[in-house]
Amino acid sequence: MVTTRHAFDMALEDLQREILRMGSLVEQSIANAVQSLEKQDIQMAKKVVEGDQVIDDLDLEIEDKCMKLIATQQPMAKDLRRIGTGFRIITDLERMADHATDIAKITIRFADQPLIKPLIDIPKMAGLAQKMVRNVLDAYVQGNVELAQEACKADDEVDHLYRLVFEELLEIMQKNTSTIFQATYLLFVARYLERIADHATNIGESVIYLETGQRKDLNL
Amino acid sequence: MGDVKISVKDLNLYYGDVQALKNNNIEIKDKRITALIGPSGCGKSTFLRTLNRMNDLIDSVKINGTVIIDGKDIYDSQVDVVQLRKRVGMVFQRPNPFPMSIYDNIAYGPRIHGTKKKSNLDEIVEKSLKAAALWDEAKNRLHKPALGLSGGQQQRLCIARLLAVEPEVLLMDEPTSALDPISTLKIEELISELKSMYTIIIVTHNMQQAARVSDYTAYFLNGDMIEFDETEIIFTKPLDQRTEDYITGRFG
Repeated sequence: MVTTRHAFDMALEDLQREILRMGSLVEQSIANAVQSLEKQDIQMAKKVVEGDQVIDDLDLEIEDKCMKLIATQQPMAKDLRRIGTGFRIITDLERMADHATDIAKITIRFADQPLIKPLIDIPKMAGLAQKMVRNVLDAYVQGNVELAQEACKADDEVDHLYRLVFEELLEIMQKNTSTIFQATYLLFVARYLERIADHATNIGESVIYLETGQRKDLNL
Repeated sequence: MGDVKISVKDLNLYYGDVQALKNNNIEIKDKRITALIGPSGCGKSTFLRTLNRMNDLIDSVKINGTVIIDGKDIYDSQVDVVQLRKRVGMVFQRPNPFPMSIYDNIAYGPRIHGTKKKSNLDEIVEKSLKAAALWDEAKNRLHKPALGLSGGQQQRLCIARLLAVEPEVLLMDEPTSALDPISTLKIEELISELKSMYTIIIVTHNMQQAARVSDYTAYFLNGDMIEFDETEIIFTKPLDQRTEDYITGRFG
């Protein structure tokens, strides 16, 4: 069969590669942010904050590519859904990176104080969130609806851990008011991780829409 | 959902031994725009022409099945084909004004159908030109030759000529394929405006045009109607892979 839209197909492949590149930077950023907090590593935290600019630039660059493809190729049907979900996925990734940066900034804020408690559930949340990001991006590349659905199930676990962290930190603050400053920020960290998992769920939904044309709410 | 204006059932059409339409079934909604798309030779223009029996003019054509407009089968032997074509008018690929004045082009149909009084004809000419968005450009040259108009203006004149005989259904066979982009957009605007009064069926090779102007789209391939749905669905999430391949340009 004669291929009729070779250049367009190449451009769509390039778009997908760029989204993946952005995705892996975001995944790394989340991992580094939480690690910097655990280890109270200011250098690593600063790297995360600086790296956010690269992700923001990539976001705009990919958005431009999507706009250009709409303007020049008049995409229809799945091509249109691919570009439309491209816009959404990079927005979700960009928000995740912002939350990772927020976490890194919190690391810097109290890196000179001993932690009020060893961090256990927060790294667990981070691990789950990162895994979700990786799985939904794999689902995106493979066009795998089941994997997208499966990946988003971890969101329930993240939500559950968030509630545990919330209750635990509340108890610590009630017992010892001098912990309030740090505990409040740790609550924020848990909240940011919970949001990151929600954005990963959005990406899972985008993958399902891309592949099937159907809307499905995975965040129940 | 709106009322059904035209109901086509089990329609088959043969040019001699060649089957050009294969068991087509479709319900076309009143006062909506339906686009017919598909590659060359798929049967979309042939289908369009079955709706006002233009194919009757070709000797080798055989048709079976029914085409019902407002509850009546238009292939019934009692049907007056001239009256049918008055109700179901057609606009062609290339503008084809008669070699006479703008005024006479539009008055031609009403005169044939019995309107003689000048004041009545004046009124019809003005109303038709206004409805076809040509009045402002034509009002000072009504008695000049129609062939002096630009291509886009000529096509709007052909639409005005059609409207003058008060049709109910407008069939348009690639009405903008010979026009520049601005004239094309003007015709498209006009088509959208005419929707409130007429049922419109448009054949187009321009998929963006189908997407822009129509409410419903039918995809034809080798005489089969592959998929018929709301235009928005056809262009964002068609059900049939063959439709997807065609509208995304992976056809070949």
